[in-house]
Order: sequence, then structure tokens, then C-alpha cells
Amino acid sequence: MEALAMHISNGIIDGPVAAVFAAFALAAMTICVLRGRRDLDDRLAPMAGLVAAFIFAVQMLNFPIFTAGVSGHLLGGALAAMLVGPWVGALCVAVVLIVQALVFGDGGVAMLGLNITNMAVLGTAAAYLLIALLLRVLPRTPAGLGVTAFVSALVSVVVAAMGFVVQYRLGGTTDLGGNLTGLAGTMAGVHLLIGIGEGLITATTVVTVAKVRPDLVYALRGLRRPAHAPAPAVEAVGGVR
Amino acid sequence: MGAGHVHVLYRESASPVHRLPPEVKIAAMVAFTLAVVATPREAFWAFGGYALLVAVVAALARVGPGWLLSRSLIELPFVLFAFALPFLGAGERVDVFGLRLSTDGLLGGWNIVAKGTLGVLASLLLAATTTTRDLIIGLDRLRCPQILTQIATFMLRYLEVLVGEARRMRVARVSRGDDPRFLWQLRGFAAGVGALFLRAFERGERVYLAMLSRGYTGRMPAVWQGAGAATAGQWLVAATVPVLAATIAATAVVLT
Repeated sequence: MEALAMHISNGIIDGPVAAVFAAFALAAMTICVLRGRRDLDDRLAPMAGLVAAFIFAVQMLNFPIFTAGVSGHLLGGALAAMLVGPWVGALCVAVVLIVQALVFGDGGVAMLGLNITNMAVLGTAAAYLLIALLLRVLPRTPAGLGVTAFVSALVSVVVAAMGFVVQYRLGGTTDLGGNLTGLAGTMAGVHLLIGIGEGLITATTVVTVAKVRPDLVYALRGLRRPAHAPAPAVEAVGGVR
Repeated sequence: MGAGHVHVLYRESASPVHRLPPEVKIAAMVAFTLAVVATPREAFWAFGGYALLVAVVAALARVGPGWLLSRSLIELPFVLFAFALPFLGAGERVDVFGLRLSTDGLLGGWNIVAKGTLGVLASLLLAATTTTRDLIIGLDRLRCPQILTQIATFMLRYLEVLVGEARRMRVARVSRGDDPRFLWQLRGFAAGVGALFLRAFERGERVYLAMLSRGYTGRMPAVWQGAGAATAGQWLVAATVPVLAATIAATAVVLT
């Protein structure tokens, strides 16, 4: 049940805290819109749409963990950051959340700010920071790219889950007392497992795309831009077919 | 998987609610939800009033209660969370049927169930009366940044492509002896997921370039033609629901 709790529904967090996070999410989204416009060229526009559709689809695809009682879905923040960059990536996840809240009632409309903060802002930001770091440290091979995608996806899921715990601490409508640590533990544990699934799917997708069309992977684009030896970087990841 | 969800929720009809422009319905739905969430949880009668409003709109939109209830099952995980709260909550306890439950937890659980259900019902009503295409036109008219509506437009278009491709690949796997159950389905799915993504992208890219060469600038034509934008009268009609809800919420705040 914790898995779906990523989409916070109405009434879980109180009004003032929701309003603060809504303001935060709005500000973050404004920055993303301004920066994203610069990124969104003829190649990225359809890619952004497809990434959003992909995230939308995998969020519906629940897969079971342990028993029937707990099922989790993927978040897609790392995949978006990898393929379309942090700005457009955050917008893609936000669009998915907005449509889900408006049309499917998945996540309360009044809690949209909290959900966007967790999954679109925190999840994507954590993923992109890790991607930027790991791509520089790890060898530029498909394996290195796969590990980067896996780790960043795993961490972004757990970070998003912890975002919910912090919000619950700040404005949960019911005081759980000592049980809050329990909630944090359950959330972390369940999302570690979801994160592994998400990591595997993100890694396979990104590695496949990078092998066939390395020009489509935004994270690799950033690496090629520096003037020093751009060709080997492309070859190392893109050359293996 | 969520095959065809995009159109499953829309209920073809010509009811007064269906005929309202999308931007009006979105605004009314969001305002209604905000009023519900702002209501203090002790004001039980107020939630009855909201439920009545939802029922009236559903009747006007000719959406049956059975359809609404079965679709609102999406909320189930939260209901479970709500039922756990009386046992987990801190503070003073009361005896209910021999169980010592936290009063704060009981109220909190009620809070989640009531506000969550009303929110889900409101969005289901919006989904039942508005096509996804109209929804994006509505968001655009509400001055939503174009980059967002553009991503949303492509998302809804490509969703069909993705779901269709995924179903074909799944049928291919199953017919070759794959048995997709439990956790093992992940492997089969993950192995094909990269290929699925690329196939869908290359198809989507062709469509996009075709659109560009036909004069697409990031907005769908229906929007700039401006046909069917809401009139002041329609805004007033749709405003009745959120205004009534806000009145109930304000009364509840004053009384408690």
C-alpha cells in the first residue's frame, strides 16, 4: 500500500503545508519551464512526449512485491532526467502527475504540489545530480552507463519516498508519535525494492537507446559538448552494437 | 497493463455537463476540491453536503453510481492507510468494540477517507464528461505554459502507440511460451522495454516531423481557432458548484 502512497491523496497532509509545497512546486516548475524552453528543440519535443507517455504507462503497470498486499509502480524521474535532461524531465513527470490527478483521481488535486515536489522535483533532481557525477567517474562503456542509470533511479525513488515522510512529519493530519520512524522505515524498505525494479528498467531502456541512437540521450549530449576529445566519448558508448 | 485507459473513462453523452467548455469544468473541479480539503474534519455534516453536490452533478452528467464507485477503487491503498491510523496514532485513546483506538487516528482516518473519496469522485466526473483532447484545450485556455500542454498532447498521442506496441510484443512473448506471472514477468518485460521505447520513438518522430512540415507550431489548431471558448454565462453556471462548496466550507470553519 505504501507504494501507491507516493501519490498523496486529499486529506493526508494538512492545508498550510500543502500550500507551502504547492508554492515551492510552482516556483520550481516556473524555472523548469524557462530553462526547458531552451532545451526543447525538434528532437527533444517528440522525445519529451514519448518519455511522458512511457512514464504514464509504467506508472499504471503495477508489479507485486512479496505478496499481493504490496504492489509498487515506477516513478520514471531518472529515465526522464537521462533522456530529456533535468528541466524537461521534471516537466514530463509533472505533466504525468497533473493528468493523473485531474482525470484519474490518482493523487488529490489539492496535494498536487506535494506530489510534484516529491516525484518531479526531488526525484528528478537527485537522479540528475547522480547521473552528472557518475557519468564522469565511471568508465564510458555500456556497463558504466547502465550502472549510472540503475543507481540514479534507485536513489531517486528512495529520495521521493523520503520526501513524503518529511512532508508527513511537517503536516500529517494524524500524529503518529513514535510510529513515524516506523513509517519512514517501511517507506524506505518498500521503495528500495521498487527502486531496484525501476533501476533495472531504466538501465535496460537507456542502454538500448544509447546503443542504437546515442544522439537521443540527453545525459550523453552534455558529455560530448566539452571540446576535449569529443569523439571517443561517443564511440565508447555508442560504438557497441 | 493500463490498456486504453485514455478513453475508457470518457462517457459519451450530450448532458449539460458534457456540453460545458473544458476550462470551466477544470476550474470548478479544482475549486471544489480545495474547498473540501479546507474543511475542518470535525464538521461531519459538511461532507454530507459535498457528497450531495457530487451526486447532483453526477445525475446531471448521467453518470451512474455503480460506474463511479467501481472506478474510485483506485483510492483503495489510501483507505487501507486510513484504517491503519486508529491503531498507529498517538494521543488519547477510546474504546471501540473492545479495541483501544487513538481518537486522533480515528479522526485522521475519517479525514483521509472523506476528503480522498470526494476528490476522486470529482476527478472521475471531470474525466467522464471531458475527453483528454478537450482537457488539454482547457488547460491551454487557462494559460497553462505551452511547453506543458505540448508535452501533454504528445503524451496522450504516444500513449496509444506505446500501449499498442507493448500489447503486440506481449502477445508475441506469450505465444512463444513465456508465462508472465508474478516477479518473473519483469525479466521478459525489461528485456523488451528498450526495443519498445525505440520503436515507439521512431514512429513518434516521423509523426512529429510530418506535423512540423504541415505548419505545426506547438499548438493544436482547435485552440487558436478559439471555437467554443467559455462564455460568461457558462462560467456562472459552472461556478455554482464550487461556490456552494465554498459556502459550506466557510460555514464549517466558522462553526468549529
